[in-house]
Amino acid sequence: MIIAVASGKGGTGKTTVAASLATALAEMGKPVSFLDCDVEAPNAHLFLGAVFDQRRDVDMLIPQVDESLCTGCGRCAEVCEFHAIVVLGGKPLVFSELCHGCGSCTLECPEKAISEIPKTLGILESGPGGAQINFARGLLNVGEPMAVPVISQLKKWQVPSPEEILILDSPPGTSCLVVESMRGADFVILVTEPTPFGLHDLKLAVQLTEELGLPAGVIVNRDGVGDTKVDDFCQEAGLPILMRIPLERKIGAGIAAGQPLTEIYPSYGDRFRQMFQQLEGILADRKAER
Amino acid sequence: MKIAISANMNTIEAQFSQRFGRCDFFILIDSETRAWEAFHNPAASARGGAGPQAVQFIADKGSEAIISGRYGPSAFTALEAAGIKAYLAEDGTVNEVLDKFLADELESTTAATGPELHGRG
Ligand code: SF4
Ligand code: SF4
Repeated sequence: MIIAVASGKGGTGKTTVAASLATALAEMGKPVSFLDCDVEAPNAHLFLGAVFDQRRDVDMLIPQVDESLCTGCGRCAEVCEFHAIVVLGGKPLVFSELCHGCGSCTLECPEKAISEIPKTLGILESGPGGAQINFARGLLNVGEPMAVPVISQLKKWQVPSPEEILILDSPPGTSCLVVESMRGADFVILVTEPTPFGLHDLKLAVQLTEELGLPAGVIVNRDGVGDTKVDDFCQEAGLPILMRIPLERKIGAGIAAGQPLTEIYPSYGDRFRQMFQQLEGILADRKAER
Repeated sequence: MKIAISANMNTIEAQFSQRFGRCDFFILIDSETRAWEAFHNPAASARGGAGPQAVQFIADKGSEAIISGRYGPSAFTALEAAGIKAYLAEDGTVNEVLDKFLADELESTTAATGPELHGRG
């Protein structure tokens, strides 16, 4: 089963929830893989105590022009949807930070003047985390805007076996990065706060899961700080509230120290395992309906 | 010489725009005759790469100089490659900016003056 843990905004406790769920399931002997897809600011390894022993680069092919073959015809600039190659003064100029590596320019150059060279966007790292969790993450190079390939290659690198539970820690927000991280998930857990901001971002995230046709449920973190509008919304939208995590000093301090909830209060192990059963039930019902 | 000026509207009396890559219009002016022509900037709504695309556009139209405010790093690299000199202005109408340019009151820049703006889908 593949479960994505997402949040319409940062700082809601998304990674805490993802790490706690992974730990709770691994503790009962289930094979668990965890992918930190928040490639711009990965921090789940801190919660899961991962030690990386494998590494590989994420490369993308970008064009390189052989000026001796180029006639300056401008075809490459015409076909580039991203304006990453322009022809100025009869010479093509490649903006590698804008290039999406689509290969169109290489294909379309009538003089075969373009070849492709790899550019490194970031790295992938994997290794064992606590409780036998198979942990992996992607890390985008600083200043590199092209993050989607890092997520897609991370997911291709770590394909789960059928009996494995794969937890995807999505980036915050609702960008194309989040879409890429959720792709292929069976269920999406949305973590939110019961505040007007939390509700606003939750609505956007729910819209996204609906567009992708993915079943979703909600975990309310820092329960007790706000109002009941998140509850009302979930009821109207038919979204199950899977868990409430109260606003509590001990929990806040534990999270700040990089502890999953299962470590702060061992009883959370059972709560997350029960929640997992609930997810299995929801998915079984959906299957039966089809 | 042909000069491009970034603008908010499509006339010579339009407000000058400090934005380069994503300005709405370019007014192209012949500095000798003051004859002008307005063009919608095709890069105004580009998802990414507005700077290089805008440079390609004004270069194809034969501009030898541009007057704007904020040039991102990619835009500036492209302007250099195209041999288009980048001048800076503050505000006023396109006509007023042109007068300042003709009176030699505008500075040119030798480096980018704005941040890189990346579109993200
Ligand atoms: S399409 Fe090929 S030949 Fe034409 S300008 Fe681009 S690189 Fe040069
Ligand atoms: S590979 Fe695609 S995105 Fe990159 S410069 Fe060529 S056409 Fe543009």
